[in-house]
Amino acid sequence: MRIFIIKEFLQIFRDKRSLIILFGIPIVQVLLFGFALKNEIQDIPIAILDKSKDVYSQQLINKIISSDYFVLEEDLQEEKAIEEAFRKGKIKQLIIIENDFSEKLEKKNRAVVQLILDASNPNTASMINSYTSAILRDFEHEINPIPTRVPMVIPETQMRYNPELRSVFMFVPGVITIILMLVSAMMTSISIAREKELGTMEVLLVSPVKPIQIIVGKVLPYVLLSFSSAVIILIMAYTAFQMPMVGNLVLLLAESLLFIVMALALGIFISTVANSQQTAMLLSMFALLLPSILLTGFIFPIKNMPEILQYVSQLMPPKWFVIIIKNIMIKGNGIESIWKETLIILGFTVFFIGLSVKKFKTRLE
Amino acid sequence: MIQIQNVHKSFGNIQALKGISLEIAEGELFGFIGPDGAGKTTLFRVLVSLLVPDEGKATVMDLDVVNDYKKLRTQLGYMPGRFSLYQDLTVEENLNFFAGIFKTTLKENYELIKPIYQQIEPFKKRRAGALSGGMKQKLALSCALIHKPKVLFLDEPTTGVDAVSRKEFWEMLQSLKKQGITIVVSTPYMEEAALCDRIALIQKGELLDIDKPQNIINRYSHFLYGIKAERMYDLVKILRENTHCNSAYLFGEYVHFSSNTELDMDKLKAELISTGMENVEVISLQANIEDSFMDLMAKTNNQA
Repeated sequence: MRIFIIKEFLQIFRDKRSLIILFGIPIVQVLLFGFALKNEIQDIPIAILDKSKDVYSQQLINKIISSDYFVLEEDLQEEKAIEEAFRKGKIKQLIIIENDFSEKLEKKNRAVVQLILDASNPNTASMINSYTSAILRDFEHEINPIPTRVPMVIPETQMRYNPELRSVFMFVPGVITIILMLVSAMMTSISIAREKELGTMEVLLVSPVKPIQIIVGKVLPYVLLSFSSAVIILIMAYTAFQMPMVGNLVLLLAESLLFIVMALALGIFISTVANSQQTAMLLSMFALLLPSILLTGFIFPIKNMPEILQYVSQLMPPKWFVIIIKNIMIKGNGIESIWKETLIILGFTVFFIGLSVKKFKTRLE
Repeated sequence: MIQIQNVHKSFGNIQALKGISLEIAEGELFGFIGPDGAGKTTLFRVLVSLLVPDEGKATVMDLDVVNDYKKLRTQLGYMPGRFSLYQDLTVEENLNFFAGIFKTTLKENYELIKPIYQQIEPFKKRRAGALSGGMKQKLALSCALIHKPKVLFLDEPTTGVDAVSRKEFWEMLQSLKKQGITIVVSTPYMEEAALCDRIALIQKGELLDIDKPQNIINRYSHFLYGIKAERMYDLVKILRENTHCNSAYLFGEYVHFSSNTELDMDKLKAELISTGMENVEVISLQANIEDSFMDLMAKTNNQA
């Protein structure tokens, strides 16, 4: 067994492709998501339609543009130009200042600024929105240093393309789950399929090594590597996504470990069915990636799915892990609120290990 | 040592083995000779317990290949036809790994593999994938030997290996045989047959003959002539139309022409010249294994 593990490690570290899948892909993915979700905005292209063109409106526009956050991309003159400006796809926000802005502020103490946002990236949009609102508050303070109960400058926000503005925290647990699932399952299934493809499996079989030894020997190195990969993802989620970490870190790591073992067992099961590296890779992609993206609530809410798909989603191990991560990281819940999900994943693990030991062929057919 | 009784094996509609029966004695160097697709690999896989025969029974060291496979696997050495070592591990790592899975160490059995391993030891830090064909094969043999098996199955060990390495390889087998290891080897190269104690000629899943190579050659019942001329291809055609012809095929630089009756070589030569052949040369030949094999093959095909 020990010799098996040493050999597996040697092979992994020599195979650049494995290393890239194990560490490169997770890091790049997390960085990409982190970048897309970064919470500092800078030089966001905006358009402005100033209908009043008076003192206060000019003052407000200057204030917005002189902040580092926004760049005036287009200065619109008429309402007709709005659609055109959005269609070009460059501007992320359109600020419309209503007619007689100064007059309304002075006489009624109340004026409306309309904010139209491109929400195709919901996180950026919500960020832009809050930054703009902050500038409006500031502006208000500037023209009227005595704080008023009722806000004077009323922002009217309108989201385009994705009015729901889903929370950023939906993404992180999903990404972590997909990465762990894919990396672990794909790596083991490929590495076993490779032994079959190169004929070394034939020699292994004609030796006193037991199937369980081959399987454990295969899995252990990947458990360690995937686990370190998971830790890296979590650290990056924490730093790049500003993902809160309210709950118990040890519990989170333990749950991650369990999930990794489950994914590895699934990978072994895939490899008992696939005979070549290519089949193994395709199977892991289709059997794991698509369902874990589509059916785990990661992108599409499970509640909105047809009933039959809701049942199918119960069979997706990643779904339960997403729930666990959210509970621990965001809500700070302990084991008492996630023991059910944990048991389900444990059940999957035992099931897949049992199935692969049983399906593992001691002969060639 | 090895008993095979009426072993059948089919893959779908293809009958790979059609009732093979034979016995191999302890300490023998036994060769299976036959073309690609004859069923050699299938038979080997049955013997090393990787395949279960559809019909019939096989035992190796009195262990049934189906029921006692676990015990059997600790005692046999197997070198599959493909180069089945870890290409990304070094020579030394491969050996240590295979020693490890048989619960032994390189040190413990160093003496046994020493004559072979010494030749590749200077490259022990090199990855197996970067070795030459001959060295890979020596490494594979070392790995198959590392646990001191009593019987060694080598499936086409010399395919794709240069002539010098092949010769060296057979010398190694001879020395292993002297240490009492039973060796079962398969090869598509007829000339290697003569190096075995006994051989089985196998074709399309059936055994054509089993005997000492010399006995098989001695049983060759035709008169054999080697004929050479300018246009070899036409020569074969003309010879096949000859009334005395049993068979005629190109083998090396001569056409091997066999006849059921003894022929006057000068007369044959004159006949050939009269058909327009130039620089004709006719010599008398001793049959080799390939001639015997072709002859046996033709006979079985005629019966079928």
